[in-house]
Amino acid sequence: MKYNRSSIDPSKKWSGPLREYDLVKEIVIAVVVVGFLALSLAALFSSPDEKALTMQSWATEAPADFVQTAAGELAGTTTSASYGPPYNTNGSGQNIGPVNLGKIAGVRIPIDPAKSFVIEPLSIEPDSVTKSAIATWGAASAKQEIEWASAYADALSKDGKALSIADPTGKFGPVPTLVTSLFSMAKSGALDGALTTSDTNLPTNFTKPLLFLADSGTYFPDKAAAQHLSGDQWGVMNETGSWPGQSWLWLYSLWYQIEPFKSSGNADILVMSLMGVLSLGLIFLPLLPIISRIPYWIPVHRLIWRKWYQRKS
Amino acid sequence: MSAKASWTGRVRAATLEKFEPEDLLPDHQPAYVASWIYIFGVATLAAFIMLIASGLYLTLEGPEWWHTSKIGHYVNSVHLWSVELFFVFMVVHLWGKFWMAAWRGRRLATWITGCLAFFASIITGFTGYIIQTNFDSQWIATQAKDGFNAVGIGAFFNTLNTGQAILLHVSLLPLALGAIVIWHVILVRKRGVVPPIDEAGE
Ligand code: HEM
Repeated sequence: MKYNRSSIDPSKKWSGPLREYDLVKEIVIAVVVVGFLALSLAALFSSPDEKALTMQSWATEAPADFVQTAAGELAGTTTSASYGPPYNTNGSGQNIGPVNLGKIAGVRIPIDPAKSFVIEPLSIEPDSVTKSAIATWGAASAKQEIEWASAYADALSKDGKALSIADPTGKFGPVPTLVTSLFSMAKSGALDGALTTSDTNLPTNFTKPLLFLADSGTYFPDKAAAQHLSGDQWGVMNETGSWPGQSWLWLYSLWYQIEPFKSSGNADILVMSLMGVLSLGLIFLPLLPIISRIPYWIPVHRLIWRKWYQRKS
Repeated sequence: MSAKASWTGRVRAATLEKFEPEDLLPDHQPAYVASWIYIFGVATLAAFIMLIASGLYLTLEGPEWWHTSKIGHYVNSVHLWSVELFFVFMVVHLWGKFWMAAWRGRRLATWITGCLAFFASIITGFTGYIIQTNFDSQWIATQAKDGFNAVGIGAFFNTLNTGQAILLHVSLLPLALGAIVIWHVILVRKRGVVPPIDEAGE
């Protein structure tokens, strides 16, 4: 068959020499080989499965951290209590320049940590001491609530180990009772159910317990650090144990390790935006001036089509 | 009214009549289609088939099955390793197509659908990681929420809502990814495999 090699037009149907080829056979062989590989890797290396944490495991294994966090929720000092959209208006979220996309999307998953994580679950507790503490809390002004709770949260974290602090002068108000009741509820396992069933009685949504757990000062982050999952350990892309995780997120994780992102309060929005731009860059790479010429300058294609280029010589 | 003017006629003209049976299921290829690099597109496809198969098995038994059953754990492992293979093959495929400048000759749409498949795979993989119902999924979901919240997506896709993530991972996302992959492969068949960069370097 005749053809002119220097005038191959890639947009025209190929009219040069052909070779035998069997598409269906190739696909079948690929599925068999890859299937065998996957089945073997699974048999050899298995997969990790670290048990989920619960309110109960938290209160049992790190009780001081639990009561400190609970007091922090009432005082409004935890991450979620000062988060902002989409949970509440207590924080402003992150900006890129003047734009705040979180605010534009709005508060669509309303969470008021003091109410959602402490008061609401406690309201199913039958004992009268808890009931009257809830009533006292509810009747107080917001300013008074913060005063009580901040004083108690400070006292707890100053001590570091205490699960409750005596209050002869009454400066903590009903807060010690609320926190202690929540703590016993957590230890008994009842809090795990209460947090998920406050909105619906057959839940598949774990926003509340997970947000609460994420406010933990030491328990959750220490467990993660022990599994090398922290953000500064390339967290998101790692898997527990030594299994490969989402390694394809390496570029996304990379930005969190370097300045100016590392120490920026707007790191999330900056990294997400940058990745958005880079993704568009990949999609439209063939149209970009310099980058789309690289495969012509660095002739890896000589290697790829080695047999073809050898045909002539 | 001619056949072409009916809706059915137009769909036929826009689809079936655009293809030769020989193009869709070829038993011959241009002589230059002889390189190990061509294996990776098909290998990605094969890993995707393994993913669907092992994933469907997991859905039959429910999301918590694999914590307590030996078979379930093994099926989960197959699903995980299929994901790893899928991404390894896809990334090699992507780099291969880059060095071949495989977007030449009206193949830009093939490149773009490939990129869309890459991003859809990342999102599908991510939702898979947050529905493991174990410690890893708790950590990843709580960490990743900040990124989504910062760009406003978190208000609609809540990584802490396990039910939502499960449904996305087993329905919408694999369907979307499957559709993109089919579109990608049909484009490849329609345009034919891109010829080598010629001697002049064009
Ligand atoms: C789910 C993921 C993907 C699957 C299953 C897939 C599958 C395939 C298959 C089977 C082929 C034909 C055989 C071959 O040339 O290797 C192909 C070709 C191609 N793929 Fe993909 N691909 C995927 C992702 C990608 C990505 C991420 C890119 C690049 C950004 C890409 C770009 C291309 C291009 C440009 C071609 C045409 C090559 C030519 O004409 O020689 N694909 N793909």
